[in-house]
Amino acid sequence: MTEDAMTLIVFSGDLDKALAAFNLANTGASMGMRVNMFFTFWGLAVIEKGGLSRGEKSPMQWLMGVMNRGGASRRKLSRMNMMGAGTKTMKSLMKRYRMPSLEESITLAREQGVRFLACTTSMAIMGLEKGDFIDEVDDFVGAATYLSLAGDGKVNLFI
Amino acid sequence: MEADRKIDCVGFYCPMPIVKTAQAMKEMEPGQVLEVLADDEGIRSDMPAWANKTGNEFLGVEEEPGEIRVYVRKGPG
Repeated sequence: MTEDAMTLIVFSGDLDKALAAFNLANTGASMGMRVNMFFTFWGLAVIEKGGLSRGEKSPMQWLMGVMNRGGASRRKLSRMNMMGAGTKTMKSLMKRYRMPSLEESITLAREQGVRFLACTTSMAIMGLEKGDFIDEVDDFVGAATYLSLAGDGKVNLFI
Repeated sequence: MEADRKIDCVGFYCPMPIVKTAQAMKEMEPGQVLEVLADDEGIRSDMPAWANKTGNEFLGVEEEPGEIRVYVRKGPG
């Protein structure tokens, strides 16, 4: 049996979209697919450690970093966030229905061999360094790497 | 139906029953049967799809109100 491959571009840093991406990544890995997740632009926040980046930044980059703090636990719903109340409600509903949180989904994905790739161009624009990301990130790459992986993929999604 | 191993996924929604099935099957021998007890309706369609994709054999569903039992036999691997 040839191994199927899936790639996911995680462009959004919204909680709901990140959950959808990890849901598919974890299911794909369970189905024996080789899964690569390419985190770019706002999606980088999902795999940031969440501290304030210590990299050298321009004032604009610094401001962006402060206004858009990284980290899985800080992700908000794309709709109905309601200053955090909506996100809090969604998180408690997910717990009640025994759905894995975003943090748990990330751990599960790693256990299942899902690979995490971070986009270096977005990192440069946002003034982020390798040390700003969780240790689970496998590699720091560009679009050619993504496209080469997507060429082998039967399922390639932009989220 | 007789099963070599059973897992309880009641109260879990997609993708957890499938993830747990894949994890359990890793520890089983070819030819052995796994019973998955679930209450998420999606399992009826998801389990045959999973089995088909992973080279395992979907054996069928037994249903009682609020309980769905699905059976899969581990393939030759």
